[in-house]
Amino acid sequence: MPGNTPTGLLPARSPRAMTGRRAEEDEESSGAAQGGSQSALPAALGRKRPGRSRSWYRLISPLAFLAAWQAVSMSGVISQQKLPPPTEVWHTAMTLITTDSPAYGTLQGAMAVSLERVAAGFALGAGTGLILAVIAGLSRLGENSVDPLMQMLRTLPLFGLIPVFIVWFGIGELPKVLLIAMGAAIPLYLNTFAGIRSVDAKLAEAGQTLGLSRAEMIRHIILPGALPQMLVGLRQSLGVAWLALVVAEQINASAGLGFIISQATQFLRNDMIFVALLVYCVLGLLTDALVRLAERKALVWRRGLLEG
Amino acid sequence: MAPRTPGGLSSRNGRAAAAPEARPAAAGPAAPDTATGVAGIAPTARMRGLTRQFGDRRVLDGLDLDIAPGEFVALIGRSGSGKSTLLRALAGLDSGVTGELSVAGAVAVAFQEPRLVPWRRVRDNVCLGLRASDPKSVARAALEEVGLAAQADAWPLTLSGGEAQRAALARALVREPSLLLLDEPFSALDALTRITMHHLVLRLWAHHQPAVLLVTHDVDEALSLADRVIVLAGGRIAYSCLVSIPRPRGRDHPELTALHTRLLSELGVATEGD
Repeated sequence: MPGNTPTGLLPARSPRAMTGRRAEEDEESSGAAQGGSQSALPAALGRKRPGRSRSWYRLISPLAFLAAWQAVSMSGVISQQKLPPPTEVWHTAMTLITTDSPAYGTLQGAMAVSLERVAAGFALGAGTGLILAVIAGLSRLGENSVDPLMQMLRTLPLFGLIPVFIVWFGIGELPKVLLIAMGAAIPLYLNTFAGIRSVDAKLAEAGQTLGLSRAEMIRHIILPGALPQMLVGLRQSLGVAWLALVVAEQINASAGLGFIISQATQFLRNDMIFVALLVYCVLGLLTDALVRLAERKALVWRRGLLEG
Repeated sequence: MAPRTPGGLSSRNGRAAAAPEARPAAAGPAAPDTATGVAGIAPTARMRGLTRQFGDRRVLDGLDLDIAPGEFVALIGRSGSGKSTLLRALAGLDSGVTGELSVAGAVAVAFQEPRLVPWRRVRDNVCLGLRASDPKSVARAALEEVGLAAQADAWPLTLSGGEAQRAALARALVREPSLLLLDEPFSALDALTRITMHHLVLRLWAHHQPAVLLVTHDVDEALSLADRVIVLAGGRIAYSCLVSIPRPRGRDHPELTALHTRLLSELGVATEGD
């Protein structure tokens, strides 16, 4: 919205820094739904492609953090055994990639196994959550049959289920995938359901006067209307999926990033643990970036608001 | 025809048979509610004993009204007088109305807010739900007609208020309605845009010749556009008059001034001191 542009509201000392900050605020206030607004606000300020310069600014604090970590570790304030410096972590990672050790396997091999788990669990959970949300969102009968169960599941402590899952499904891949699926299903269900229910009733009325059939109404009005909220749920689901993966991989894994961590714990290799944790981090960030990209494509009509 | 609730407007079959050749031209005093000024032609919309109750409150109270093919009717009234309820009933959006209501042919609505679907480009908004062999070209023609051809590929949220309302008009008219319902479509526009929109609506009306029901609270707007102005109060028609002055109408036409005063007093505005 033109009124949202901060040109007249904030001192225009540094437009770049300002657009960055503003985009962040915007994202928070709108439930992190607008991947689009981030890149659109600078456009509203008449700047062409400030994305690169802005992301440069965002690198300062992580880099400063790494430098501080290195300094603390090297100075011996905390022993390198407990907190290996980033340089050592990097070195360990390289070694792990290039050598296939019997104790740990390779890093890329572990990544592939973990990615497969999270992909399977996420696909299963997200698919189920989405279908249930559409069923619950589109009819009162669906809501009454699906929603109470989902609300019950929501309050169930996910990781408290691990012992039960082990008893039911053993210690193979199945309990891990199911744990991830359960974690991923809930946020996507809740957000999609809420998204469907919050579709502007006035638009639905307009659709009715335009003679849309029920199927057309769902396809053209309701589902696209629920999409922004659904994408918020998708990002939350991905976050939970990664979290569930980390926990699930502690269940007697014989491969994957969690396996590296449990091996490293036995051999007191903190550097190895840090490598695995950082890989979780990077993978999580990458999948989040993918969803943001999808958001940017799917919600292009919102960006239009700011370009006009 | 048996009385029916407007939940199922099954009589919307095809266009109204009678082409609205004859513009209602009758002048004269306040006409009864059902006098359309066109004799002997089946009305496009016919309402008898139309009633809508919300709790204890009767928003529509046994309303009788006919709208002739091609007739431009303006409905004015204070807020809460039932005018929006009547429009929603005609649009088929209110299933709680009782009484007899039938509309011959298609109904299209332009709302106060344009209600364009924001995730569909302007052209795709016009096409939405359109059953035509080549909806794209029909939509293009409609957008050209409202002067919005250049914005056919724009996202609705980039349009100005006037442009969005023109797109909404194109979307309504592309369905070739026999009854066009306008629910205060100009009230959110600035004064200059509103005047442009008045001209546009008259031009589109002359070209497509639908019957029009314009709900407004602007007496000037009603008088400059309509063949017949109806004042709604307490869910009934309190006053009705035909406006026979040829268009375009100058504001200072003596007859209009007189009608203006009369309508205001019917609305309870001119009587001060209560």
